[in-house]
This record gives sequence, C-alpha cells and structure tokens, in this order.
Amino acid sequence: MLTQAEARRALAGGIVALTLVIAITALPVLALLAFASRFPENSGFDAYTFSLLRFTLLQAVLSTLLSILIAIPVTLALCRRPHFPGRLWIIRLMAVPMGLPVLAGALGLITVFGRQGIVNQALLALGLEQPLSIYGLTGILIAHVFFNFPLACRLMIAVLEGLPQEYWRLGASLGMRSWSIFRFIELPALLRAIPGAAGLIFMLCATSFTLVLVLGGGPAATTLEVAIYQSLRLDFDPARAIAMALLQILVTACILALLSRLPANDPMNMGEGRRISRMDGQSWPARIWDTGVIMCACLFLSLPLLAIAWAGLRSNFLEIVTSAIFLQALSTSLAIAMLSAFACVLLALVIAFARQVVAERRAPPRSARIFSASLGSLSSLVLLVPPVVLGTGWFLILREIGEVSRFSIPIIIVINMLMALPFVMRVLQPALQSHRARTARLVASLGITGFSRWRIVDWRVLGQPLAMAFSFAMALSLGDLGAVAMFGSQDLVTLPWLLYSSLGSYRSHDADSLALILGLICLGLTLIGTAEREMRP
Amino acid sequence: MRKMNVFSLIATATVLLAATVHAEDKKTLTIYTYESFVSKWGPGPKVKAAFEKTCDCTVKFVAVADGVALLTRLKLEGASSPADIALGLDTSLFKEAKDTGLFAPHGIDAAGAKVPGDFKDDVFVPYDYGHFAVIYDTQTVKNPPKSLKDLVDGDPSQKIAIQDPRTSTPGLGLLLWVKAVYGDKAPEAWAKLKNRVLTVTPGWSEAYGLFTKGEVPLVFSYVTSPAYHMVEEKTDRYQAASFEEGHYIQVEVSGLLKGAKEKDLAQRFLSFTLSPAFQDIIPTTNWMMPAAATSQALPDAFSKLVKPQKTFLLSPEEVAQNRQAWVREWLTAMSIK
Repeated sequence: MLTQAEARRALAGGIVALTLVIAITALPVLALLAFASRFPENSGFDAYTFSLLRFTLLQAVLSTLLSILIAIPVTLALCRRPHFPGRLWIIRLMAVPMGLPVLAGALGLITVFGRQGIVNQALLALGLEQPLSIYGLTGILIAHVFFNFPLACRLMIAVLEGLPQEYWRLGASLGMRSWSIFRFIELPALLRAIPGAAGLIFMLCATSFTLVLVLGGGPAATTLEVAIYQSLRLDFDPARAIAMALLQILVTACILALLSRLPANDPMNMGEGRRISRMDGQSWPARIWDTGVIMCACLFLSLPLLAIAWAGLRSNFLEIVTSAIFLQALSTSLAIAMLSAFACVLLALVIAFARQVVAERRAPPRSARIFSASLGSLSSLVLLVPPVVLGTGWFLILREIGEVSRFSIPIIIVINMLMALPFVMRVLQPALQSHRARTARLVASLGITGFSRWRIVDWRVLGQPLAMAFSFAMALSLGDLGAVAMFGSQDLVTLPWLLYSSLGSYRSHDADSLALILGLICLGLTLIGTAEREMRP
Repeated sequence: MRKMNVFSLIATATVLLAATVHAEDKKTLTIYTYESFVSKWGPGPKVKAAFEKTCDCTVKFVAVADGVALLTRLKLEGASSPADIALGLDTSLFKEAKDTGLFAPHGIDAAGAKVPGDFKDDVFVPYDYGHFAVIYDTQTVKNPPKSLKDLVDGDPSQKIAIQDPRTSTPGLGLLLWVKAVYGDKAPEAWAKLKNRVLTVTPGWSEAYGLFTKGEVPLVFSYVTSPAYHMVEEKTDRYQAASFEEGHYIQVEVSGLLKGAKEKDLAQRFLSFTLSPAFQDIIPTTNWMMPAAATSQALPDAFSKLVKPQKTFLLSPEEVAQNRQAWVREWLTAMSIK
C-alpha cells in the first residue's frame, strides 16, 4: 500500500494531469468558438453530413473488427512459439507502420496491392483476368489493417506474456488441450487487451484522412475528418467545423462506451514474472497452423515495408542522408520526438498512478471513481479531436501572447504528447496494475517507500513497459505531420515535413529515401522497447 | 520530487528551444507564402538572396501548406497580421481574398506583367502562371486524350488520378475547367469521367506520386510538369496532353496587406517580382511560366511544352459565388454508384 502522503501526492498529480489534458483540448475549441461567433452565417448539418457519418463509422467498425480478428491468431501463434526463428524481429517489425507517415505507407501498399502491384502481377501470371482493385472500401480496409493489426498484436502480446508461468504449468499438468487453454487461459487474457486495443484502433480509423482519400477512390469515401478540414480550410466556416468535430467526438465516444462494457474480467495476476515456457501446442497440426499464421502475417506486414525499403535504396539514398537539410530535419524530429515522448510517458505515469490509488482504496467514494473514470476516458478521447481544430485553436490563442512561430516547437511537442497519450496509457496502465498487485503488500510490509521503492522494486519491473511506451510515443511523434503543418515556418523542418515537401516538389525519389529512413528509425526505436527480452535466456 | 525535476527540465528545454534570437538592426520584410515556394528546391532561397542584395533588409518567409492555408491564416489573423506581403494566392481564391478587405491596392506599375487571358488587377500582382493539363506516361499511353471531351468519353480502363477540389487548388482547377467547357452539362460529364478516375487525392503530391510510381498512366497536373523531368531527370518520358478546347489557367499572385508595417519595402518587392531578377528564378524552381520578361531565354525544355491555343479563366466573382454549389454538384455526381 502507498503511504498516506504518497497517495495524496498521486491524487494531486492526477488532478493536475486532468486539468492539463482538458486545458490543452478545450481551450482551442473555445478560442475557435469565440472566433466563429464573429461569422454569423453558418450552415448546419444536412443529409450529406449524416451520409459522411455513416461511412466514417462503417469503415471504422469494419477496420477495427478485421484488425482485431487478424491480430488474435497471430498473437496466439507468436506466444505459443517462443522459439520461432526471428520471432523478436517480427515483433519489432510490427512497430514500423506506426512511425511511417501514412502517405509513405500507402505508397508501399500500392506497390504491393495496387493496379501494377506485385499481387496483381502474380494473379495475372496465374491466368486470372480480373485484377484486385485496392481503390474503394477494400483499399481503405487493407490499409487500416496494415497500420493497426500490428498495434493490436503488440498490445495483446504484452498481456499474454505478462501471464504468470503457473498458468501454463497448471494447464500442462491438467492435460489441457489447445481449446481448453484458449478457453480458460488465453481468451480471458485477450479479453483484457481487446477493448482497449479495439477502442484505440476504432478512434484511429474513424479519424483517418489521407488514407481514406487516397485509397477511397472518390468522394463517396469521405470521413467526417475530411469535411472538418474542408470547413475550416476551404470554406472557412469555424462554427460548422466545430459542430462536426463535436458530432464526431460524441458518436465515437458512445461507441467506445459500448465497447468498454465488454466483459473485461480482470484477474489479478500474481506470479513470479518469469519468461514463459510453454508445453502446449507441440502437435504437428498446431505447429503447421502457427507457422502458417505467422508466415502470412509476416508477408502482409513486410511486403509493403520491403517495397518502401527497395524504393528507398534505389533512389539516391546516400546523397539524401548526407545533405545538410536532412541532418537538420533529423535532429529537429528526434528532439521533438524525444521531448514529447518523455512528456507523454510522464503524464501517463501520473495519470496511471492516480487511477491506481483510487483503485486500491477499499471503498472509493463516488467522486473518486468519477475522477478515475474521467482520467481514463479523457486520456483516450483526445485522439478524436481533429488536429486541424487543435492547431487552429491554439494558433488563435498563441497569437494573443506573441509571435506564433516562437511557440511552434513547444506546441508541436504538446500536441504530439497528447496524441501519443492513449497509446502510452494502454501500455503503462495494465503494467502498473499488475505490478502493484504483485508487490504492493510486500513493499508496504517491508516499509520500502519513495525513491528507494522506485529504484529497487518498480524500475526493475516497469522499466520495460516504460521503454516500450517511450518508443511508442517517439515513433508516433516522428511520423506525425499534422502538428508541424499547422505551425510550420521557414526554419522548422521535420522528417515527415521534408518527405511531403519533396513529394510536393516533384522529388518522389527523395521521399522514398526519407520513408526508408523513418522506417529504420522506428525499427531502431523498438530495440529500446524490446531490448530486455533479448537478454533473457 | 523526482517528477518535479523532470518537469522543470522540460520547461527549461522548451524555453531554450523557443527563444529564437532576432537581430533587429535591419528592416524585415515579412512574406507569407506556401511551403513549396520556400523549400530547398523552390524559388524562396534564391529570391531572398536576390532581393536582399538590393534592399538592405531581411526577407522573412512564413510558409504554410498551400494557397488555401495561406488565405485561412490571413483570415485568422485579420488586420493585425504581421505579414507585409502574401505571395501564392491564385485565381480561384482571388475574390475571397479581396473580400476579406485585408489587401491594399498595390500602387505599382504592373504593365510588365504578361499573362494569357489578359489578367489585370489593381490589388494583386501576378508572378507566374501555368495551364493545367493531363500528363501521361509515354511508355504506357500510346494515344493520349486529345481533348477534354476525349478524356471524358474515352476508354475507362485507362485511369487518371485527380485531386479533390475540397482540399486542393489543382482539384478546383479541374472542376472549373470542366465547368468552363461543359457548363450546365458538367454533372453528366463528371458522371462519365468518374469511371476513368482511379482515385481522388487530397493534394497534388499524392496524385503525382501515384503517377511517377507507375500506378496510374494519367494524372492531372500542369503543362509545365514535363519540363521538370526534362531538365532535372533528363527524360522526356512524361508529356502533357494538348487539349483542343484549350486549357484552364492558374495565375499565381501576390498582394500587399493593408496592415503592412514596411509598405515601401513591400511595394519595392512587388515591383521586384516583375523584374528579370525574380522572373529568371521561377521557371526552373517553381516549374511555372514566368509572368513577365526574363533576362535570358528559358531552357530548351520549355520550348517543347504544349502551348495551349485557348485559355480558360472563369471570372473570380463567378468562381467565388458558385464554388460551394459546384463542389456539391461534383460530390453528387462522383458519389453515384
């Protein structure tokens, strides 16, 4: 148990964090509303808005379902085969789509699934006439699954690997078959990760913009996010933009609320935290199935990435990576990513600790429970606030204070921090929860508190989830263009900005090199997140 | 306490990063523009150097994503905008830009400006122009469309990538082109053209990226696009299709803001944009046609470009009045299954 003072401090931290998150998201909306009141004419919702809403939700629901359904067998297979050759690298590879600017990923996917892509060439060679068309709902789904199933896998693998060794031993000694193991061990664990992962993926897909437009094939495939962008940029109708943003937040939040009612039975895992060694799944059919599943997932994941790598290597790679502007962009991007990842992990820790304190109370008062719940939901709903609204709102606020370009780097860091928060929370919250469940009583009885508790007990266990969370946040920030585009000035160049800028100046080969570099950096980042796994025997 | 230290660390780092030092001994001319203008390969760096040689001042570019974002930025900032000049608006944004009341008459002698379609204005000064065109890949397209009608009625299996008029100025250009040629019949034309459209991208870059990746044999871009490939990549693989009806034009303009602090300097810059020193830079950096005389002939590649016989340009008033209705019309026509 925490000491009284520690608990008070953790709660106070939670209140500060909550205020901060609300301020960062609500202030710009208010600023924009105040500004909009100067423009009396504005059009409300119409049938078109609702058709957009329908499509937005349809593609997001389908994308989420597919991503999760594909991630489940892959996760199970990867967890059942701890000695699968290259397993660690497969898991690392799963972090790469996250840090790729979506356009770079989309071009990679097109190289594989496009009209002239590898898949269609193969189909033609096999004598099939009708090539697969990636443009339309199919393309949107393929792209969303490509970007999101690895995320779901990583979150689920983390939960499965966190299961205590005894479960598997017990399963083996009871002679449980695959189905029973799935039913009594794996499924309950997966169910703990699925609502969170699905919620995250749903939000990402519901607010998808570039992918939907590029692969959608036409304006029939348009999300609300596009309409919000249009209202704010092209039509300059801030009131309409905010109304649509609120509609998006409201409807999506309702769906997320439904999702959170899924049976997330939460067995506290008390174990020794040792590496899993599994005795099940030694039969040949199981081996063949797992190998097949892993190979398929690998192909689906790596072909587009290989296409990106190949295009990058074929271009003037060396020339690009030695140019002054690249080095400038690289250092700016890394600095922004590190600071925002650092800030994000810190914020997430504060929130997670505050929620933990509430959870550890025997009978938390109603107010405390509401506080904890709002911390939990707000920290994920931030993904639904369109970046264009955040950016424009903050622009209006900051220009009252001084020259906006001076604030561009801090505000980018803050926005990136906020955008990564839901991801980081998904990693840290469960880790902290099970860690506290294992150690809280022991630590309290030994009277270890404060910094020494952190050093002796917490760091050893939480170190790895912290590193993973940090690399998540950094990858997200590295691939983010949105915040930079809003505030960009002459001197501020980041890697995604340089990538888009190259594409915008006919230099698509330079863009290929930059996409490869971003991919490599993300792969490098996951080395931090998975380093400890390798050291174990 | 550890957490507090970390917070203060971040705060310090942020302050350090934010504190950009400004040397205030020279006058500064603030120019708002779009991103590709100031990129390493764009005209920005050369323009800055050339003008600073003559003015004893510092040119400061503030770049936003594109022309639309530029106008939005000005609307957000209103009369207190620190900008002296906005460079990079185009003919389809023209009327809306004027209606903001933020621009002042330029007050310079703009007689040197020569743009097809007799463009004259007392507020905006043109600095370059380009006709829109369908670019095709000669390796895969043997008989490119010869007219807009040809494009609309042609083989639907030969695909084209176009841009979304809601998010992109070339996208809006194609919308206006179809409107100029087809008038009231535009929705029917779009309903046909739709079958030929592979995808509609949010901006020019995505569509052109698909095209150079070989995914799509036709793309909507500019007459001048092949010049880039000929000059920089030494290839004439990509060519513009010449359309019988004529081509729609995009004229890029700059204007002086009412609230400009350096009005004289700004006017000198506007005059400078029409001088050979500026115009010489444009063709091979912005890949557009110069809007006034250059000191030497353009590179050979430019003489090989398609020369549109007729120029379409709807009046800015008409565009501003109808844009939303036309975009809606386009949406409906393109969304029919």
